Amino acid sequence: MTDAAWETLSNQGVAVAGLVYFAALLVHLAEWATLRQPAPREAALVGAEAPPASTSNARRTAAERAAFLGRLGFLLTCIAAGAHLVGLVGRGMAADPNRVPWGNMYEFTVAGTFVVTLMYLGLHRRFRLGWMAPLVVTFVLTTLMVAVIWLHEPVQPLREALNSYWLVIHVVSAVIATGAFTLGGIASIVYLVKMRKGSEATGSTTTEGWLGRVPSLDALDKLAYRVHAFAFPVWTFAVLITGPIWAHEAWSRYWNWDPKEVWAFITWVVYAGYLHARATAGWKGRNAAILALVGLATLWFNFIGVNYFSSSSQHSYALEAPVERPAGS
Amino acid sequence: MVAPEGQREGRPVARGELTARELLRWTWRQVTSMRTALVLLLLLALAAIPGSVVPQSGVDALAVTRWKEEHPDLTPIYEKLDLFSVYDSIWFSAIYLLLVLSLVGCIIPRCLVYARALRAQPPAAPRNLSRLPEHTSYETSLPADEVLARARKVLGRRYRLRVSTGSTGSTGSTGESDAVSAERGYLREAGNLLFHLSVLVVLAGFAIGGLFGYQGGVILVQGSTFGNNLTQYDDFDPGGLFTPEQLDEFDFTVEDFEVEWLEEGSGAGTARGFVAGLSYREGDGPERSYDLKVNHPLSIGGTDVFLIGHGYAPVITIRDGEGNIAWTGPTVFLPQDSSFVSFGVVKAPPAEPEQIGLEGLLYPTFDLYQGDPVSVFPDARNPLVSLLVYSGDLGLDSGEAQSIYVLDKEDATLVTDEDGKPFRLDLSVGETIELPDGLGSVTFERVEPWVRVQISQSPGKEVALAGVVLALIGLCGSLFIRPRRVWVRARAVAGDGAGDTMAGGTTTVVEVAGLDRSGNGDLAEVLTDLVAALHDEKERP
Ligand code: HEM
Repeated sequence: MTDAAWETLSNQGVAVAGLVYFAALLVHLAEWATLRQPAPREAALVGAEAPPASTSNARRTAAERAAFLGRLGFLLTCIAAGAHLVGLVGRGMAADPNRVPWGNMYEFTVAGTFVVTLMYLGLHRRFRLGWMAPLVVTFVLTTLMVAVIWLHEPVQPLREALNSYWLVIHVVSAVIATGAFTLGGIASIVYLVKMRKGSEATGSTTTEGWLGRVPSLDALDKLAYRVHAFAFPVWTFAVLITGPIWAHEAWSRYWNWDPKEVWAFITWVVYAGYLHARATAGWKGRNAAILALVGLATLWFNFIGVNYFSSSSQHSYALEAPVERPAGS
Repeated sequence: MVAPEGQREGRPVARGELTARELLRWTWRQVTSMRTALVLLLLLALAAIPGSVVPQSGVDALAVTRWKEEHPDLTPIYEKLDLFSVYDSIWFSAIYLLLVLSLVGCIIPRCLVYARALRAQPPAAPRNLSRLPEHTSYETSLPADEVLARARKVLGRRYRLRVSTGSTGSTGSTGESDAVSAERGYLREAGNLLFHLSVLVVLAGFAIGGLFGYQGGVILVQGSTFGNNLTQYDDFDPGGLFTPEQLDEFDFTVEDFEVEWLEEGSGAGTARGFVAGLSYREGDGPERSYDLKVNHPLSIGGTDVFLIGHGYAPVITIRDGEGNIAWTGPTVFLPQDSSFVSFGVVKAPPAEPEQIGLEGLLYPTFDLYQGDPVSVFPDARNPLVSLLVYSGDLGLDSGEAQSIYVLDKEDATLVTDEDGKPFRLDLSVGETIELPDGLGSVTFERVEPWVRVQISQSPGKEVALAGVVLALIGLCGSLFIRPRRVWVRARAVAGDGAGDTMAGGTTTVVEVAGLDRSGNGDLAEVLTDLVAALHDEKERP
């Protein structure tokens, strides 16, 4: 295959992924809507008093339908992830020489969202993440759209400074940590939403509908913690070990307080704060969850925002396309 | 600090001193509290932000100058607040020094506690296991001793067990005869302590680098030699405790420089790679060669040499009005953007009757696009210099240091042609043009590449790296090891007609309980597994 064909394939892969994610989102929303009706167990109780057969039958099919939609949505997400992967691999193959598919913002975003999906799919069974589906898919879809609309750039070879195997290790770990932090952040958001709902209407109202499927506050908190606890060392490795080693080789300074580095450091410190908060009386739960979200905001800001408002970053995929070459255009 | 003052005033003991000491103790407890650590961490994050918004002199001195020119009103305020060097500022340092203080105050006592805990036995089973948040119980026909022996065996594999007391008896009347106490996960705290101590190691490594290291830069035209002493650097940024004796003895020559350009595709005009062929000598050692590339620094002793940029130096010869060569040689022009259109000045102070200065652009691959001069490729394939000419006093005689990239035009005049328009020199390689008014002539001989080399010592980088690696190891231990205590108590009770009792009329009630010390584990599962394991063993005989 020619490089141009690979590039086309990559673009198609991302486009297909977007469409299928969208389908998955619709299916999950339908599932969600189905769940808005009283939960099956309550339905059974109601059914015991009221005229039986037909209604309870209808109820059961509603529950079944929700389960079916859930499985369908999951399947669609898997397919979308496959297309997403094709889009990612195509980018690397389209470059000459072939390279890792994270040389600029667009590619980093595509890679990052892929990891979010992958981790969600991987942890789905173990942590019963079905309830998270609409949120994850929405996030991935939106971010992917932002990437395609605003960040897309034609394939280019890696800049010399990025041409290092430390880049591979550094970026892989940064992408994995970003994906994990994002999942953890979603858990924290849901934690806060559920907490809010729970305190608004005391009692068991929260067991209805979608929030009813969401795990208990305690379980959410633990889930968020576990995902963050996984992501934090990976981030430490990416930002405080491989990053400096690479920077040392490329720019002669292992730590230069470049804006990108500053924000990576801020993210690290905020998440360290999150881990502390969980062990500090009075900061557990709500405050810790808020800190986790602050951490997530700094993370994504660093990734997208810093490039646009700070010009002095040496992290070169922040730079704009190389040359104004009027003769060529 | 407070207590000695009280003493100096010679007040009779009691109250004053007591409160002073209490105050001190209270302050210390505040400083070393978890909450303070948390607040300081968040403050640190907050304090790091301005340095990413305001240009930093340590990162990009040029940007700082430009910013100061654009914001004359804000500059004095920003300067007072150290906003151009946030990470060396007093207030930033204050935060992290407080954090270090808090860390030390927090870690040392915890190390002592941990050392004691390591030697201590798992605590005896609480009297009432069902009071613990996580507990369960069941009945069995096995004798209590048997159950406990099994529990010891099952738990002994992965837990530290409390040695059966009996003789020590210090645990009170309950003793340990009817229960097994087990604890595991001691390494979690060790990991946590290691992590926090390693943070100090990293800071130490960082500080060593900042105090004893240096960074220097120099631009070298192909063919020129650099000897490592202070006078040869273009810019030099030493740490506070740097001494010139630290400089390693070496010299190197840039023999050649090559760029591999991408010719086609969307990346055309970007460099796939650059190599500077160096020959170098360490001290009086033999001459060696090294291909210096981005991401492949050359290490000589404790010094690293990096390739960080490149550009073009047109070789220009200026003859004065009397026909003598007033200047000849390569002049470094600085690239303006990635098209490598470069700006530079050439000065010929010895020229007679008047000094001559040239200022303008170099186009590596010159072409005209809609009448405008452009460079269509960054490689030097059709180089052209386009220069304006100044004559008169270039300000070089005042003795003040002058940048080689700036032409002092204050007392110089722009040379014009007959029509009074600025006289522009457009020269391709090999061309010579006569200057008006008998000033002389200018020849563009050829183009030499130059490389920008960064030379630095960063002592302590190994310390910092070792620190972070240790910190990471400790962190993983701290996050993934789940410390917990588990107790199993088995007690025989007289059979009171419960149907499933098989023999002898006694049943054994087994209580199992646990305490998760990290608060993040899934103790319930652990207990279920344990009970299952105890059952398993029962079914086997
Ligand atoms: C340089 C600043 C510090 C950083 C970067 C930092 C970072 C961290 C991190 C990442 C953790 C999570 C590991 C875990 O959960 O076990 C942690 C835990 C902990 N830190 Fe720090 N820390 C700092 C300063 C301090 C200070 C000053 C104290 C004492 C007041 C402290 C006390 C603790 C304690 C007690 C834990 C264990 C929490 C738990 O049991 O989960 N740390 N720290």
